[in-house]
Amino acid sequence: MGPRRGPRFVRRIADRLTHAEVEGGDSWEAIQLARHQDRPYPLDYISRLMPDFEEIHGDRLQGDDAAIVAGIGRYHGRPIAVIGHQKGRDAQDRAFRNFGMPGPEGYRKGMRLMELAAKMEMPLITLIDTPGAFPGANAEENGQGGAIARSMLTMLRLPAPTVAVVIGEGSSGGALALGVADRVVMLENATYSVISPEGAAAILWRDAGKAKLAAAAFKPTAANCYRWGIADAVVPEPEGGAHTDPDEAARLLDGYLSRTLRELGALPIPERRRIRRERFRRIGAHRELPPDSATLMSQGADRTG
Amino acid sequence: MPRPARLPGDDRQCPRCKSHFRAEEIRRNQFVCAACDHHFPIGARERLDNMADGGVWTEIGGELRATDPLRFVDLQPYPDRLRSAEAKGNTEAIVCAELALDGQRCVAAVMDFGFLGGSMGSVVGERFAKAADHAVARGIPLISITSSGGARMQEGVLALMQMAKTIVSLDELHDAGLPFIVVLTHPTTGGVWASFASLGDVTYAEPGALIAFSGPRVIEQTTREKLPEDFGLSERQLVHGHVDAVVDRRQLAARLGRLLAILEQPPREAPQSLATQLAQNGTERAASMARALPQLSRRLRDRVMGEQSQTRRPGDRW
Ligand SMILES: [Zn+2]
Repeated sequence: MGPRRGPRFVRRIADRLTHAEVEGGDSWEAIQLARHQDRPYPLDYISRLMPDFEEIHGDRLQGDDAAIVAGIGRYHGRPIAVIGHQKGRDAQDRAFRNFGMPGPEGYRKGMRLMELAAKMEMPLITLIDTPGAFPGANAEENGQGGAIARSMLTMLRLPAPTVAVVIGEGSSGGALALGVADRVVMLENATYSVISPEGAAAILWRDAGKAKLAAAAFKPTAANCYRWGIADAVVPEPEGGAHTDPDEAARLLDGYLSRTLRELGALPIPERRRIRRERFRRIGAHRELPPDSATLMSQGADRTG
Repeated sequence: MPRPARLPGDDRQCPRCKSHFRAEEIRRNQFVCAACDHHFPIGARERLDNMADGGVWTEIGGELRATDPLRFVDLQPYPDRLRSAEAKGNTEAIVCAELALDGQRCVAAVMDFGFLGGSMGSVVGERFAKAADHAVARGIPLISITSSGGARMQEGVLALMQMAKTIVSLDELHDAGLPFIVVLTHPTTGGVWASFASLGDVTYAEPGALIAFSGPRVIEQTTREKLPEDFGLSERQLVHGHVDAVVDRRQLAARLGRLLAILEQPPREAPQSLATQLAQNGTERAASMARALPQLSRRLRDRVMGEQSQTRRPGDRW
């Protein structure tokens, strides 16, 4: 099933790529900003939004994953749970944080905190910033897939309000593991995508150097995610990006979070959970054939032979 | 795992033991090598034909088709990829159906690796959700037989979100008290393994299936680790505690039927008619009031006397 290479095919590809350029031209720039080494990480926001913060460590099974920070703090006069992906700033710190790529023990630490949040009916804020969950043999054997899945399910079932904020790069299931919330919002220069542009380039173009092309094709910007219904809101950043003024970035986020948590808190628990389920149930882009054309393949019994 | 070689015509060679098979022979054996038990890939519709009692199944969500929300182009435009996948005979990477397995009614969501690598896009998510809705409405279990390379890249972040969508469906099955059974087949990786596929109440795997979040190639490239030959395969996943049993495809329908029979709830006691209940409640209440009557009248008298003896000032709030 090799690609057809007629002139029409080539022209169509060219048309589409030009289109992608127009719509996705800002994608690569957004990815650079989302990954800026001075961009605030969860601990930078936490220290500004909740001076009293108690971090928890370890999953009580395997170890402590520094790529995930989790803890409880006081926020506008009440207890709140926070989980985030933490990257490192210098080379040593980056290695210590494993570049913000969690293993299953990281997600299990997060779930420990979700259990506390469930027990106390405490709101949860997640701060998403990861190139993806860690791809390693140990991570696999310790249940990486199951940890991500269970983290989503645990988060979905929480009683109190939940807000997920994509603060940097949100890539793959490693990001979504912390993303099943009442409200999903993105900072202005954050990105959200099914895979990192480098990963996509290696898989789809079979050339890791095509990351720019991949970024343009995925169009993972906050504006696009808002358009597709992936993000409920886009939180503005200071002029030039969050890294230019972390205090102002935290203040802008605080404004959104405090208002949204108040709003969500007004709903009774079953209603909030119902709306949360519906939010994710709705996402997708498909079409429906008229009923009669669909009967074509709908029965197994006539098709034996 | 190497792909089985295609021979002239429809004949196939087993990649493991190199035996040759006529197309008809291997189909009769449910695409399992008669010499060494190697499991070949099998399409979702063919699998349903083989497994369902009498080969009868009714599709759910068959009217759903993909769109191209990102107008995505990699080496080929996404709509062209969809068209060539459809030309091979299926309509999407999952087929959902109601059927019976050894007499047990259930809903099955069966993935098809032959359709764009079994990748999960919007249609896979929506068909899975509809299958779960149907299971809840009918009060019967959901089985999923998985085979997928992960999220469908060409639908971008919308494909990623389908992971969460399947989790919502599992939450609904949970509230309805219905079992969710998973059968992992070669390969089950990426976003499918990291969502519904790893949350089975009971999880079987076909022999020799690769089950992983990150594939061996990605891991070796990222970490420079040398992986063992059997990395991520069913038998190793059993040792590591991630599956409950490795089950040969030819035994699968019977094994699932037995499992569903074990899980079947005894029929509830027939609910009494409302009229009978009311009549019974009424009689009971009358009887207990009659028993309490002497005491009741004494308490009533005390209260009336007490109230009379109280001096009440006008304007007092009650
Ligand atoms: Zn063989």
